[in-house]
Amino acid sequence: MISGQATPSSVAAGIAPVAHLTDVSLRYGKTLALDGVTLDLPTGQMVGLIGPDGVGKSSLFSLIAGARVIQAGQVEVLAGDMAEARHRKVVCPRIAYMPQGLGKNLYATLSVFENIDFFGRLFAQDSGERHRRIDDLLASTGLAPFRDRPAGKLSGGMKQKLGLCCALIHDPDLLILDEPTTGVDPLSRRQFWELIGRIRARQPGMSVLVATAYMEEAARFDWLVAMDGGRVLTCGTPRQLLDRTASDTLEGAFIALLPEEKRAGHQPVHIPPRATDGDEVAIEAKDLTMRFGDFTAVDRVSFRIARGEIFGFLGSNGCGKTTTMKMLTGLLTASEGEAWLFGRAINPKDLATRRRVGYMTQSFSLYSELTVEQNLTLHARLFSVPADQIPGRVEEMANRFGLAGVMAARPDSLPLGQRQRLSLAVAMIHHPEMLILDEPTSGVDPIARDDFWQILIGLARRDRVTIFISTHFMNEAERCDRISLMHAGLVLVSDTPAALMQKRGATTLEEAFISFLEEAVPESKPPARSAAAMDPSPLPPHGTTIPKIGFSLRRLFSYSRREALELRRDPIRATLALLGSLILMLIMGYGITLDVENLSFAVLDRDQTAISRDYVLNLAGSRYFSEHAPIGDYAELDQRMRGGEISLAMEIPPGFARDLGRGTPVAIGAWIDGAMPQRAETIQGYVRGMHAHWLDEMAARRLGQSRSAGLINIETRFRYNPEVKSLVAMVPAVIPLLLLMIPAMLTALSVVREKELGSIVNLYVTPVTRLEFLLGKQLPYIGLAMVNFLLMSLLAVTVFGVPLKGSFFALSVAALLYVTSATAMGLLFSTFVRSQIAAIFGTAVLTLLPAVQFCGMTSPVSALEGLGRMIGNIYPTTYFLTIARGTFSKGLGFADLQASFLPLILAVPLLTGLCVLLLRKQER
Amino acid sequence: MRLDTIRQLGIKELHSLARDPIMMGLILFAFTVAIYSGATAMPETLNKAPIAIVDEDRSPLSARIVDIFYPPHFLPPVLITQAEMDSRMDAGLDTFALNIPPEFQRDLLAGRQPTIQLNVDATRMTQAFSGSGYIQTMISSEVAEFAQRYRGTAPLPVDLELRARFNPSLTQTWFGALMELINNVTMLSIVLTGAALIREREHGTIEHLLVMPVTPFEIMTSKVWSMGLVVLVACAFSLLFVVQGLLSVPIEGSLALFLVGTALHLFATTSMGIFLGTIARSMPQFGLLLMLVLLPLEMLSGGVTPRESMPPFVQAVMQVVPTTHFVSLAQAILCRGAGLDVVWPQFTILVLIGAVFFGITLARFRKTIGMMG
Repeated sequence: MISGQATPSSVAAGIAPVAHLTDVSLRYGKTLALDGVTLDLPTGQMVGLIGPDGVGKSSLFSLIAGARVIQAGQVEVLAGDMAEARHRKVVCPRIAYMPQGLGKNLYATLSVFENIDFFGRLFAQDSGERHRRIDDLLASTGLAPFRDRPAGKLSGGMKQKLGLCCALIHDPDLLILDEPTTGVDPLSRRQFWELIGRIRARQPGMSVLVATAYMEEAARFDWLVAMDGGRVLTCGTPRQLLDRTASDTLEGAFIALLPEEKRAGHQPVHIPPRATDGDEVAIEAKDLTMRFGDFTAVDRVSFRIARGEIFGFLGSNGCGKTTTMKMLTGLLTASEGEAWLFGRAINPKDLATRRRVGYMTQSFSLYSELTVEQNLTLHARLFSVPADQIPGRVEEMANRFGLAGVMAARPDSLPLGQRQRLSLAVAMIHHPEMLILDEPTSGVDPIARDDFWQILIGLARRDRVTIFISTHFMNEAERCDRISLMHAGLVLVSDTPAALMQKRGATTLEEAFISFLEEAVPESKPPARSAAAMDPSPLPPHGTTIPKIGFSLRRLFSYSRREALELRRDPIRATLALLGSLILMLIMGYGITLDVENLSFAVLDRDQTAISRDYVLNLAGSRYFSEHAPIGDYAELDQRMRGGEISLAMEIPPGFARDLGRGTPVAIGAWIDGAMPQRAETIQGYVRGMHAHWLDEMAARRLGQSRSAGLINIETRFRYNPEVKSLVAMVPAVIPLLLLMIPAMLTALSVVREKELGSIVNLYVTPVTRLEFLLGKQLPYIGLAMVNFLLMSLLAVTVFGVPLKGSFFALSVAALLYVTSATAMGLLFSTFVRSQIAAIFGTAVLTLLPAVQFCGMTSPVSALEGLGRMIGNIYPTTYFLTIARGTFSKGLGFADLQASFLPLILAVPLLTGLCVLLLRKQER
Repeated sequence: MRLDTIRQLGIKELHSLARDPIMMGLILFAFTVAIYSGATAMPETLNKAPIAIVDEDRSPLSARIVDIFYPPHFLPPVLITQAEMDSRMDAGLDTFALNIPPEFQRDLLAGRQPTIQLNVDATRMTQAFSGSGYIQTMISSEVAEFAQRYRGTAPLPVDLELRARFNPSLTQTWFGALMELINNVTMLSIVLTGAALIREREHGTIEHLLVMPVTPFEIMTSKVWSMGLVVLVACAFSLLFVVQGLLSVPIEGSLALFLVGTALHLFATTSMGIFLGTIARSMPQFGLLLMLVLLPLEMLSGGVTPRESMPPFVQAVMQVVPTTHFVSLAQAILCRGAGLDVVWPQFTILVLIGAVFFGITLARFRKTIGMMG
C-alpha cells in the first residue's frame, strides 16, 4: 500500500494514530465507494482529505465517526474498534462530526441558540454550563449578534460556523469536518480557518480531519491524503506531495497523481487573448434589484458585457449570483432596474430572444428518463431547429462534446463530467449567441473542469459566443476576461482579474477578493481580533462533561423540545396536526352518513281523485321524501329517472279510487333508481312502510277498526341510538380512526424527514440512545393527539350533537393509551421507509385499511375469519373502538370496559420495544 | 403557441412516465386490482351479522325461528340467556339479540298477539339499519306460514309493486366497480400531473423549460393532454375488460359519450393537479395536501353516499368541484343509460370549472416556479 511509504512523523515518534484503517471497503449497491483503504491518520494534527466529489471522502469520514456500519475491513479510532457498539458508546462523546452539505445536521427552523442548545442537552450539560459555553462559542465565532436568527436564514459562512459551534460544544478530541467551506465566500473561509487555528491552539491535543475540494486551502494543512476512485493515491505533508510530483501547485500535483488513463489527453488550459473588435454590447444590466419580502437578494447590480467576452460572477452561495442570472433569463421579474439582452429589454414573453440564449444550471437540468440522444433531440425541437437539420445538429454536438459513445445511455448513469458536457451540449444545440452558465463546474474533478474550460474558450474565441458564468472557484475566475466580485447581493467591483489584483497589490485573486470584502462589510471582521472574548476563558476541564451512559431524561426532553419547536414552525405539518383530524372528521361525518332524507320523487297520477292525492300526500308529507313536479307520461318518467332528477317514481293506475271502493285488487307501481343499491334499499323500506301505514289509516277511517290485527308484535328496540341516526353511530367510530392515522403519520414523517434531510446523523454520532430518541420524538405528538382528541370530542358533542353518555375519564385514559400506541406505530413504520412520500402513503394504507376492515367498525371482530380476525384481535383500534362506543353511546365506564383496557396497556411497551429493536443506531 | 412544442413536450411526459415503474405500477393497480376488489369487497348490506337469541319458549315455532338465520346474511345464532344479553351487547359481541317470550307459540295460536322483542345495537350502522327490517320481514313471514296452517290470512286490498330500475337485483358489485373507477380517474389524474410537476421542479428541468422559447401555456397544455390521455386510455381499458369483462357489469349507456365526459373531467382534474403542484414546495407537502384534498373530493361528491342527504352548505360548496358533476354524469350514462340530451349541463359545467382552474394555474405558474428554484 502506498500509505505505508509516508508514515507520519507522529506515528514514527511512537504516538498512536488517531485513526487506523485496515483494508476498508464500502459498497452502496453496485457502486464501490471505498476500495481496500489502509491508512493511519496522525494524532493532534490537521489532516486533509483531498479529491473531487464522489471519490469516497465522505464515506471514509462517516466510518471513522461511527455513523455508518463497517462492511469490510477494520476501523480503529481513539484506540478502539469502531465495529464494537460498546467502544462507540464510550468514544462518541469524544468525537465531533460535521457532515457535508451546508448545515446538514442543523435544524433550519431553529435559531442559532436553539441549535447549539439542543446539542448541549444531548451531551447532558446543565443549564449553567450550556449557557456559559454557548456564550463563549458565539462570541468567538462572531455569531453572537445572530443568536436568535433561524439557522436556515444564515449565510453559508455563518451556517458553517454554527455547525462548528454545535460540534465543539462538548470539547471533542477528534473533530471531523466534511467539506466545511465548500460554497463559502473567501473571507468567511479564512475566518473559519483562523477560528479552527485558535481552537487548536487552545486544545493542542485535538486532532482535526478535514475533507476539501479547495486545493489552496489544503496547502496549509499539516498532512494530506489524496484520494481518487475509492482509493488512496498518496499521503504525506503538502511539501512531500509537491516534491514527489515535481509540481508547484497542489492541483497540479493532484492531476499528476491520477492514474495514467485519466490524465490522457489532458492539457493545461491556455487562454488566447481576445480580439477586441468593436464594442457590441451583448448583456447590459442597470440597477437590477430583486427583493423577496424584506430581504434584498440582489441590490442595484449594473454591468455591461461585450460580445464574445467571458464574464465571471464570483461569490459565495446565496450572494445573489443565481438570482441575477434568473432575472436575465426572465425566470424572475426584477423588482427594480432594467436589463437588456442584445439591446432588447428583457421580457418573459419574448420568445425570439430566448432562441439566441443557452442556459445551464448547477443541477444540469437534464431529463433523466430520456436517453442522451432523446435529450438532445427534444431540446433541438423545442428551439425550433428545422426538422431536417436535427439529426445533423445532434451528431455535431455529440462529436464536439465527446458524447458519441453514450448516445443511448441515460444521463443518470454517466459520470459527472460527461453529464456536465451533455448539459452544455443541450444548451448549445440551437447555436446560441450567448451562454448563461450558473456554477457549471461545481463538484467536477479538476481534469473534467479543465476540459470544460477548453470548450468554453473555443466557443468564446472562435465562435464569438458571449459567456456569462458564475463560480466560486478562484482559479476559474482567473480565466475569465472580466469578473465581478459579489457579496450579499452587491457587486463589489468589476474588472479584469489582473487589474483587481493590481488594485489591491495582492498576489492572488483570493487575497484581492478578501481585501475588497473587508472594505465592503466592515462588521464582518472577525470579532475575535479585537474582542477579549477569544482569550482562552477557563472552560471546565475536560472530563466533567462525559455524559453518563444509560437512560437520560435530559437527552429525551432535548429531542422533544426540538421536535415541538420544529413542528410549530412548519405550517403545513402543523395544520395537519391540529386541524387535519377536525377537517377529516367533518368530511367523514357528512360523507359516510347513511341517513337518507329528502329523496326526490314524482308521481304519475292517472287517477286524479281525492284518494289518489291523499296517497301522494302521505308520501310527500314525510321528511324522507320531497315531491317534484308530477309526471305526464311514461316517456317523461324515463327521461327524468335517467337524468337522476328523481330517484322514485310512483304510478297510480286509472280507476284506483273506484277499485279500492269496490274491493277489487289494485296495484300501485313504484320505480326506484337502482343505480345506488344502498339508497335503493332504503327507499324500498320507506315506501313499504308508508304504504302499510296508509292502508292502516284507510282501514281505520272506512271501517272504524284497526286492520292490522296481526299475528304477533315485533318490538324493535334500537339500543344506544334510539333515533337510529347514523351520525350517532358514525362519530364514535371515526374518532379512533383519525386518532390512529394522523398521529402515526406525523411520527413516521418526523423520523423519515430526519433521514431525508440528513439530521438523523445526530442520532448516529451523539450519545443519545435509541429509546431516548424515540420517546423524545413521540412525546410532543402524544400531546398533540390528546389535544386533537379533546377537540374531536367537543366537535362530536356540539356540532354533531352526539351525547357522551358514559365516563369521559375512562374515555380519556383509553385515548391516552391509544394515541401512545398510534404514535409508536408511526415510529415502527418509519424504521422501514426511507422517503417522506412513502411514509405518508404507507402509513395511510397500513393504518386505515386494517382499522376500517378488521377492527369492528362495520361487523364485529368475532364475525371475521382467518387473517382478518387475527389482525383484528391484535390491532389496538379494536379495543379503543369498543371503549369509544361504550362510553359515547352505551353509557359505560371503567368497570364495564376492563377487558378492553388490558390489551391497550400491553400494546404500549410492546410497540416501543419493537421500535427500539428495529431502529438502527448506524447507517447501513 | 406552437402545436409542435405541445406535442413534443407531451411525448416527453409520456416517456418519463413509461420509465417510472412506481407510477406505472400504480396506474395498473388502480385500474385492475383496485377496481376488482372495490367491486367485490363491498359487502352486501347484510353480511355475517352476529345474532343471539334468548329462547324462553322452546316450542317448535321458536325452533323454526332460530333456524331462519344462517350465513351469508347471518352468523349461526348463539343461544344465550336473558341475563347474558345486555353484557354481550355492551361488549359489542352481537349486533342483534332476539327475545322469544315464554308461551309464544301458544299465545299466537290463541290469537293473543304475543310480542317478540328485537334488540339492535344501533351503533353498528349498516348492519343495524338494514338488518332490523330484514329480520322483521323474515320473522313475520315465518310466523305467517306457521299460522296459515291453522287460519288463512286475508290479502291486502292494495298491492305495492316495487321495481328497481337500472339494477333490478340491486347488486352492490355494479355500483362498487363504477364508483371505484370514477374515484381512481380523479386520484390518478391529480397525482400524475402534480407529482410530475414537483419532480421536474426538484430536478430543475421546469425552470430550464421556462428559459427556452416555450410558454407556460404550452407546458401546461402538454401535461394536460398527455396525462389526461394516459388516464383516459386506462379508464377505457378498465371499463371494457375489467368492469364489463371480468366483473360482467352491464353498461347501460354509450361508452363513447362517457369517455368524452371523462376527458372533460380530466381537463379539470389535471389542471387541479398542476395547481396543487404549484402550491406544495416538496413531495412530502404534496402528499399531505393530497390527503386533505382527495378525501373530500371523493367522499362528498355523491360517489359514496347520496348528495341530497348532506347538509345544504356542503352541497353548495361541492357544486364548484369537478368530481360532483363527473359522478353525476357517470351514474347517468353508465347506470341509467342517459344520452347527451340529459347530461349536457354537466358537460358544460365541467368545461367551465376546468377553464377556471387552468386559468388560475396559468396565472400563477411562472411566478411560483421562478420563486421556488
